[in-house]
Amino acid sequence: MAYVLKQTHLEDIEEILENYLPQAGIHCVLLIDMAGNIIAEHEIGKTKHDIPSLAALSAANFGAVNALAKIIGEEEFSVLFNKGERENIHFSKVLDEFLLVCIFDNEVSLGLLRLKIAKAIGKIREILES
Amino acid sequence: MAFINLKKKEVQVKIVYYGPGRGGKTTNLEYIYKKLSRRIKTEMVAIKTHGDRTLFFDFFPFEMGKIKGYDIKIQLYTVPGQVKYNATRKLVLRGVDGVVFVGDSAVVRREKTILSLENLKENLATYNKDIFQTPLVLQYNKRDLEEQGIPVLPIETIDQDLNSELKAPFFEASAIVGTGVIPTFKKITAMTIASLEKELK
Repeated sequence: MAYVLKQTHLEDIEEILENYLPQAGIHCVLLIDMAGNIIAEHEIGKTKHDIPSLAALSAANFGAVNALAKIIGEEEFSVLFNKGERENIHFSKVLDEFLLVCIFDNEVSLGLLRLKIAKAIGKIREILES
Repeated sequence: MAFINLKKKEVQVKIVYYGPGRGGKTTNLEYIYKKLSRRIKTEMVAIKTHGDRTLFFDFFPFEMGKIKGYDIKIQLYTVPGQVKYNATRKLVLRGVDGVVFVGDSAVVRREKTILSLENLKENLATYNKDIFQTPLVLQYNKRDLEEQGIPVLPIETIDQDLNSELKAPFFEASAIVGTGVIPTFKKITAMTIASLEKELK
């Protein structure tokens, strides 16, 4: 079994990752599936992250946190946020099968970022559902 | 579930090494990583306990080259084998495309190996996957123990225990020295890609 995304859909998703989200100060963004496959990615700046490992760990981490949610009686935690001294990671679920992973530094306004991410998720959801 | 990217002409597949604790899953991955390190761009990720046991998984990605014009990217994972880590084991299986079951040939590990295969069937079923429909290779590991005087099951016995219904391809192995590791890996990648062939037009 496999699933396929068409070129036009991927181009639309990349447009959001490459042009819309960096406006909020996000310097690395990935759309992955819950198996850890990378659907699309965009990275700006000098630091190059290990994207495949980032994807595998993000999917596993999100899965683990959702298993925790179920243990305490929650259906899920649809948003996760990890704060570091310089870098931060924000994870948000897109439909049931996908995860948007955004990396940004402390210069970024969290409110604006969340707003932009929410809008981006809406757009990505529309593309994936079509 | 494999992801086919028509824009990049790329296929991403997930292969998971499953089996009882201390059976040699991590050793398989370490051997492959060492042998193919020139073709792997990243470090191997290993989430371990202080006692060096796998807590969540080991992982590395590997680019296999082109098939039918598609770049094939394989992601290799192990699961934690210890019984108590079933929740994390299940998570790693999500979206799996091919499985290597690493069985322990030692006579004393016979029951644990059989139970682990049962556990694989159950965990695949939670994702609506049937073990009979999933590309699967069995590896009967630790054949070298015999040389150290530790009783190992004859191949016929372990094959009867695990494979009488599955009829999956199997390999004898001593992962610690690398025997059988690469043939197992080649077989599971070939079977997993073949299972996607219909979609690769």
